[in-house]
Amino acid sequence: MKHLLSIEQLSREEIEAILDRAESFAEVGRRDIKKVPTLRGRTVVSLFYESSTRTSSSFDLAAKRLSADLVSVKAAGSSVDKGESLKDTIATLSAYDPAAIVIRHPYAGAAQMVAGWTAAAVVNAGDGKHEHPSQALLDVYTLRRRLGSLEGVRIWIVGDVLHSRVARSNLIAFNRMGAEVTVCGPPTLIPRGIEELGCEVSYSLNGVEEAEVVYALRMQKERMSESFVPSLREYAANFQIDTRRLNPRQLLMHPGPVNRGVELSGEAIDSPQSLITEQVAAGLVVRMAILYELLAGSEGQTPAGEGEGSKPTPIGTPA
Amino acid sequence: MSLIDALDVRAGEAAHLILRRATVLDPVAGIDSVHDVVVRDGRIAELASPGEADADGAEVVEAEGLHAFPAFFDPHVHLRTPGHEHKEDVETGTRAAAAGGYCGILAMANTQPPVSTAADITALREQAQASASVPVGFLATVTKGMKGEELTEMVELREAGAIGFTDDGLPITSAGVMRRALQYQHLCGGNIALHEEDPALSREGAMHEGAVSAALGLAGVPSVSESTMVARDAALAGYERACIHVQHLSAAESVEVVRAAKAAGVQISAEASPHHLCLTDEAVRSLDPHRHRMNPPLREERDRQALIEGLRDGTIECIATDHAPHQPEEKDVPFEQAAMGVTGLETAFAALHTELVLPGVIDLALLVERLGGGAAPFDLERPTLAPGSEANVALCDLGAEWTVGEDGYESRSANSWCAGETLTGRVLMTVAAGQVAYRLRSFSLGVAA
Repeated sequence: MKHLLSIEQLSREEIEAILDRAESFAEVGRRDIKKVPTLRGRTVVSLFYESSTRTSSSFDLAAKRLSADLVSVKAAGSSVDKGESLKDTIATLSAYDPAAIVIRHPYAGAAQMVAGWTAAAVVNAGDGKHEHPSQALLDVYTLRRRLGSLEGVRIWIVGDVLHSRVARSNLIAFNRMGAEVTVCGPPTLIPRGIEELGCEVSYSLNGVEEAEVVYALRMQKERMSESFVPSLREYAANFQIDTRRLNPRQLLMHPGPVNRGVELSGEAIDSPQSLITEQVAAGLVVRMAILYELLAGSEGQTPAGEGEGSKPTPIGTPA
Repeated sequence: MSLIDALDVRAGEAAHLILRRATVLDPVAGIDSVHDVVVRDGRIAELASPGEADADGAEVVEAEGLHAFPAFFDPHVHLRTPGHEHKEDVETGTRAAAAGGYCGILAMANTQPPVSTAADITALREQAQASASVPVGFLATVTKGMKGEELTEMVELREAGAIGFTDDGLPITSAGVMRRALQYQHLCGGNIALHEEDPALSREGAMHEGAVSAALGLAGVPSVSESTMVARDAALAGYERACIHVQHLSAAESVEVVRAAKAAGVQISAEASPHHLCLTDEAVRSLDPHRHRMNPPLREERDRQALIEGLRDGTIECIATDHAPHQPEEKDVPFEQAAMGVTGLETAFAALHTELVLPGVIDLALLVERLGGGAAPFDLERPTLAPGSEANVALCDLGAEWTVGEDGYESRSANSWCAGETLTGRVLMTVAAGQVAYRLRSFSLGVAA
């Protein structure tokens, strides 16, 4: 694996290899010294053209835990503000000879284009409404830890599927891991043709009780002005996941950030069946595993000059 | 009107040629046989028996095994001048047309500023007289500045030489303004070419709305964004007994609307582009903005089949390239941000020959007929090889394989929708309005074929 551009590109085996790797990083995370020297002397660039808390902070921390040198660039306040094109920005950053570029961009296919312009491994941290592969991987990781396997697990993805890259990547990833997916939301927010990705479509929450996992999506406030839904009040009345609609054996997930009282009730967020904070914790180890797989994994390159021959540094060795 | 009378071209030497033993195919004149094509003083003097024409000082082209077609006519080209000469201009755009076997093109008016005044038309015609390799006609905008609000001075524009009118690039959203233009056509004449799209439905859509857009997370342009506007304008044209030409049909629903309107007696003509005839939205999975970002978007296989059926039954009378040059910096950006459009003049015949004729989807005569069908909707004489006509000839080698872009382009831009593809069939020489407009370099050196 040279780049991580989409979930679409990954086989079930490749997904499992990343998750297994993440398990071993979880073990490292329980030690006093949480840092390993795997990527010492190598540079990771994180380039975010959109605001992000979880994804950018966890990729940054993942790079640091692996001892990489991190250059973190936000579009606001950078040359992007001065009108520099994506291509020129990538050429500039590539001059530092980074091992990896982690990029989030508001338009579909941006990461794929970047991969054509740089020698670095490219990680798609979200491209428009297209894909968000690291989110899907951490969600599969979280569920696998809780359920053992996703084989035959019924998962409902509820909310604004139309504008959600998380919905798309997760649908593909859940399918690939053997789950049965239903997407649910108002008809205005379900893309035409989505069922061809391999899912059921439901325009109401009737039947959600059959799901083992309910995955709620963020409902963005600006959708109201575009008449996708008449009001947040009506949306919440029909699609909010609350403890009344959620039965105690169901698991609840959300990619964050949550609009409390819109797609989820406060009670549901704080309930024991909510995996939301586990998802965030999984984000760190899964992103460490992604960087490891790309830069030090079986097909990745080995850092030069570490005096350890051609083998990557074992992750168990503290820095 | 003949092309040379109605359109503008750089004056040059009248061709004096013999295409020896060429296979002559002119579906309109009903010619399909081997001849020596004799071009004298810029006219088709004679279709002589093979090998029998007297050279009489003419250049003799050994054309045995090659096909001579009436040269093609493209009613939909963006020459980008004034304002965007870094993409194309009259000289480079007409060179590209000549290389594609075209003997005439119509230039769209969505330039910067748009072609909205008689002075604009006059200036463009002077440019064409100075630098056009093939005859060019210019359309003027229907509304001032393409704002869709007030009509241009259509009578004066016609007097200055505007062939017709179009706001191509943008739809005329107001039905009221559209109706006024159609009423006014009874005074000014000139067909009105329409880019059909309801912006309230297409919104920020970047590709066809369907399973592929759902998979890619791109906002979709639904087929009904086009077909509802075609239906509106067909109804208005019928009501006003006016004449319209629907540009770049893309959706099956639109083809059906045009077919029904024709059956009802509406004066409506329609075009389809080579890329919509050859590709579907599956190609957009590449997210390649250079080749697959255009408006209207590539649609589904059922739409492509409907376009082909429309070509066959005459619902769509012509193929138009919508040649839309852009520079790399306008395309080397993520798909949704990229400039819309692809170039097509230099590849239209070869691509359609490769994708539709060789697999047996349509026959060669139909392709040649539809590539010349764009003149009639604008009251221009369609090119023909009948003796006595103005010489407009495309000489093609149907067996030649070539890779698009490997020798560069005549166009100033390289955003060809089939860049890098290997095509079968190539234009070797073009005679336009009685002048030799193009020779493939290797062919004129005698090394081709």
